[in-house]
Amino acid sequence: MIEIENVEKSFGALKVLDGVSLTVNKGEVVSIIGGSGSGKSTLLMCINGLEPIQGGRILVDGTEVHARGTDLNRLRRKIGIVFQQWNAFPHLTVLENVTLAPRKVLKKSREEADAIARRQLEHVGLGDKFGSFPGKLSGGQQQRMAIARALAMAPEYMLFDEVTSALDPQLVGEVLDTMRLLAREGMTMILVTHEMGFAREVSDRVAFFKSGKIHEIGSPEQLFGNPQLPDTRAFLNSVLK
Amino acid sequence: MFHTAVSANDLWFLAQGAGWTLLITLIAMVGGTVLGVVFGVTRAVLPGWTTLPLGFLLDIFRSVPLLIQLILANSFIPILGLRATPFAVSCVVLALYTSAYCAEIVRGGVLAVPQTTRRAARSLGLTWWQDMTEIVYPMALRVMLPSWIGLTLGVMKDTALVGWIGVIELLKSSQILITRMQNEPLFILMIAGLIYFLISFPISRLGARLERRFREND
Amino acid sequence: MFNYTFHWRPALNALPQMLQGALVTLQIAVLSMVIGIAVGVVLSVFSSSRNKLLYGIYATWVEVARNTPALFQIYMAYFGLGQLGIRLDSFLALLVGITFNNAGYLAETFRGGLRAVPQTQTRAARSLGFNAYEAFTLIVLPQMFRAVFHPMTNQMVWAILMTSLGVVVGLNSDLTGVTQDLNVRTFRTFEYFAIAAVLYYLIAKVVTLGARLIAWRLFRY
Repeated sequence: MIEIENVEKSFGALKVLDGVSLTVNKGEVVSIIGGSGSGKSTLLMCINGLEPIQGGRILVDGTEVHARGTDLNRLRRKIGIVFQQWNAFPHLTVLENVTLAPRKVLKKSREEADAIARRQLEHVGLGDKFGSFPGKLSGGQQQRMAIARALAMAPEYMLFDEVTSALDPQLVGEVLDTMRLLAREGMTMILVTHEMGFAREVSDRVAFFKSGKIHEIGSPEQLFGNPQLPDTRAFLNSVLK
Repeated sequence: MFHTAVSANDLWFLAQGAGWTLLITLIAMVGGTVLGVVFGVTRAVLPGWTTLPLGFLLDIFRSVPLLIQLILANSFIPILGLRATPFAVSCVVLALYTSAYCAEIVRGGVLAVPQTTRRAARSLGLTWWQDMTEIVYPMALRVMLPSWIGLTLGVMKDTALVGWIGVIELLKSSQILITRMQNEPLFILMIAGLIYFLISFPISRLGARLERRFREND
Repeated sequence: MFNYTFHWRPALNALPQMLQGALVTLQIAVLSMVIGIAVGVVLSVFSSSRNKLLYGIYATWVEVARNTPALFQIYMAYFGLGQLGIRLDSFLALLVGITFNNAGYLAETFRGGLRAVPQTQTRAARSLGFNAYEAFTLIVLPQMFRAVFHPMTNQMVWAILMTSLGVVVGLNSDLTGVTQDLNVRTFRTFEYFAIAAVLYYLIAKVVTLGARLIAWRLFRY
């Protein structure tokens, strides 16, 4: 379970998160939508401790992420994250990209790590790309590799940060298919996305973010079908047109 | 108190050396840039294999120590039955040496202009020459200028080697003072170093600034 | 046109001696690079230090190395340090001078190399559970090495060219020094130095080609 309680975060004078609270249960898929610069991505970075926070707290399975003494490296093993700019390691092959963390962080043998990586890469449809370097792949393939890389750590939670925003339109579908598969398999996921149709389809709950706060949250049917607040309605009108 | 045997006369001697350093740098840069632009554009414009001999020749200037080049040229002139002052030899060798580096800078600058941009220019009806002067030149200049300033600094420092064939430039004049006054080489070298620094530092700052400015505009 | 008869035979007879000199040249260049890289890395670390003294050392070193002639730096090692009671022979003075120069330039190269690896790479590595040290050595360093490899090769060629300056402070064991000794004995300046030039060219080419080969093997991506 991920419990976000009243989290505050600023970059200098700019308040990015202004008292965010959200609880995500095991097996749940929660989508976060909202205009750019509303702090959605920052929230994901805070959940696995890549960004410090100034107020409130975040608990992952009861462990406080930002508490002194929390072993972040250990905690991050169970939280996978996929970035908008996939961040492939360009100097490693596709297979090495995926095996590196299982081998060096989880101390698995090369054979074991290879087996995991092969399975994950086949899972995301990259079974024929083991020896290629990321530079030779399309954006969509690199992004799926990044998903496999995160999955190879056998995480309990997956965070997706606008993973299709930097992709060419014809490549979006393949990445969404991969995520759809994960959702069906029961992975706990938080996704920041601009793909409204996708959010509506896979999510258990959808949260609308505005000025560093969760403005409105509810089931997809509720939020998309019958938004309660004028700002939510205005946002949805602007993006669904 | 700090005592030194270095007199105003000696400082004047160093200043004269610095004058020669600057003069040789200037001549080498002017000659080297003119030649370098010709060589560089030739290398960039003509098909690769036709300019291979030129490329090879220029590569020699970059791969053989300048000191050896100076000694060779200095000993080759009498072989030809000609006479030339060490100063003239230095200027010619340094100009050729500079042109070899400048040619690479120019070639890189011209090739850095995307083919698509040039095609766009030609498609608007610009002639080859207009394309070169209106599109390629201004775009390539941004790439070349910082490197060219770097080259100027490099050549200025490399003039220190012409002392070996008898031109009394800044470093040679300081070495003469060191030999004459035996017991204060450090002080004399510090003055020489300071002069080099005063010439070089502003130029290198200018180069860094230009590079930053160009990068910001990209 | 020529009243001069070239005498290539005695010069060619001296080839074994000159090759011996070439070996010394290569030794000095390699040694100055190895030490230069080590010092350069340390200086590039100093460059981001908040400690005024460490930053001062970095800044002074780099500015002097880049804004004064290499021969000046060798003079400093040969004449300058001598006045401070550190007497170096011409071999050591040359080595110290070139190493000083290499370290100054390489420090800036390494600084640029670090900046060439995006921050997001570290982020991605940390998100997989790597600690800071692992993220640096496994992800950042290999990519930085690629970024600095080419400039490092250039610096190596520069180091070879700079070794020829040893003769100015009286070194007679490297290629230029050996050639100069032969020249003083015979006054066949052109012949001897022409052969030296060919040898320098070949050394430079071998180093460049070797580096290209290594890069081709190492950087398949």
